[in-house]
Amino acid sequence: MIKLSDYLHAVGGSNLTPAIDAEEIGITDGYVCDMLSDVMGSAKAGQAWITIMKHLNVVAVASMTGIPAIVFAKGGVPEAPVIEKALEEGICLITSALTPFELAGILYKQLEN
Amino acid sequence: MAEYWNVSPGFEDAITRYFTDVPEAEVTLESAIPEKDFNSAGRGSAEVKNLLKRLGVDNDILRRVAVAAYEAEINVAAHSIGGKMTSHIYDDMIHIKFEDRGPGIADIDQAMIPGFSTADELVREFGFGAGLGLPNILRNADALHIVSAKNCPTLVELIIYFTPI
Repeated sequence: MIKLSDYLHAVGGSNLTPAIDAEEIGITDGYVCDMLSDVMGSAKAGQAWITIMKHLNVVAVASMTGIPAIVFAKGGVPEAPVIEKALEEGICLITSALTPFELAGILYKQLEN
Repeated sequence: MAEYWNVSPGFEDAITRYFTDVPEAEVTLESAIPEKDFNSAGRGSAEVKNLLKRLGVDNDILRRVAVAAYEAEINVAAHSIGGKMTSHIYDDMIHIKFEDRGPGIADIDQAMIPGFSTADELVREFGFGAGLGLPNILRNADALHIVSAKNCPTLVELIIYFTPI
């Protein structure tokens, strides 16, 4: 398990939900997908979810599946209502300029060590 | 009307008993699901999830209920002209019914095949429409019952037990 804050640092990302402390969130695994039904079917609690999707349903899917953190690739920043919803649900939102491939690679490496 | 039933092994007797004489629920929740409104779809599932969480339902069960209910809500929003979700909550299980106003499922067996989808572009833009909704519901529910036909309303109902039978 790694701390979300360590990953955040490694990907040069920023926390879009600063009220949620990335230091307090443990990540055990990752999932990369933009198809929401696939995430619902296959993602597991404790995974960081890397995606380029950034509408409201993304937060709902994370909430239903027990995903503690969503990482928006390629600098994606969702609109304010999405961030508000994530805060309500206690889900940490991160944005990074890196691609999903790079984000997954860095997470994989961190989890391996 | 065509009918589809799936009951997980071991749950047959309990499901038969339940539907023979449906008891009064401890709590009943109801919510509307408007057509193509993907912001509202999910409210009913979230409400159910939060209530079950407060009742101390196990996390894995909670996840199964949430995923199955959310998929079903999205289905109503994506494929029908609108409908409603009704949840009957008991001490040991939840029974959720999704009823819409049509236009129905032409071939239920085909709709159950993973990857088969009739979703339009709008639905796909939202990241749905992968043809995984009904299979995801099937996998998470202890019992799944679907009644539908072309140009008819659809009923999808599911049951999930909180403790092993």
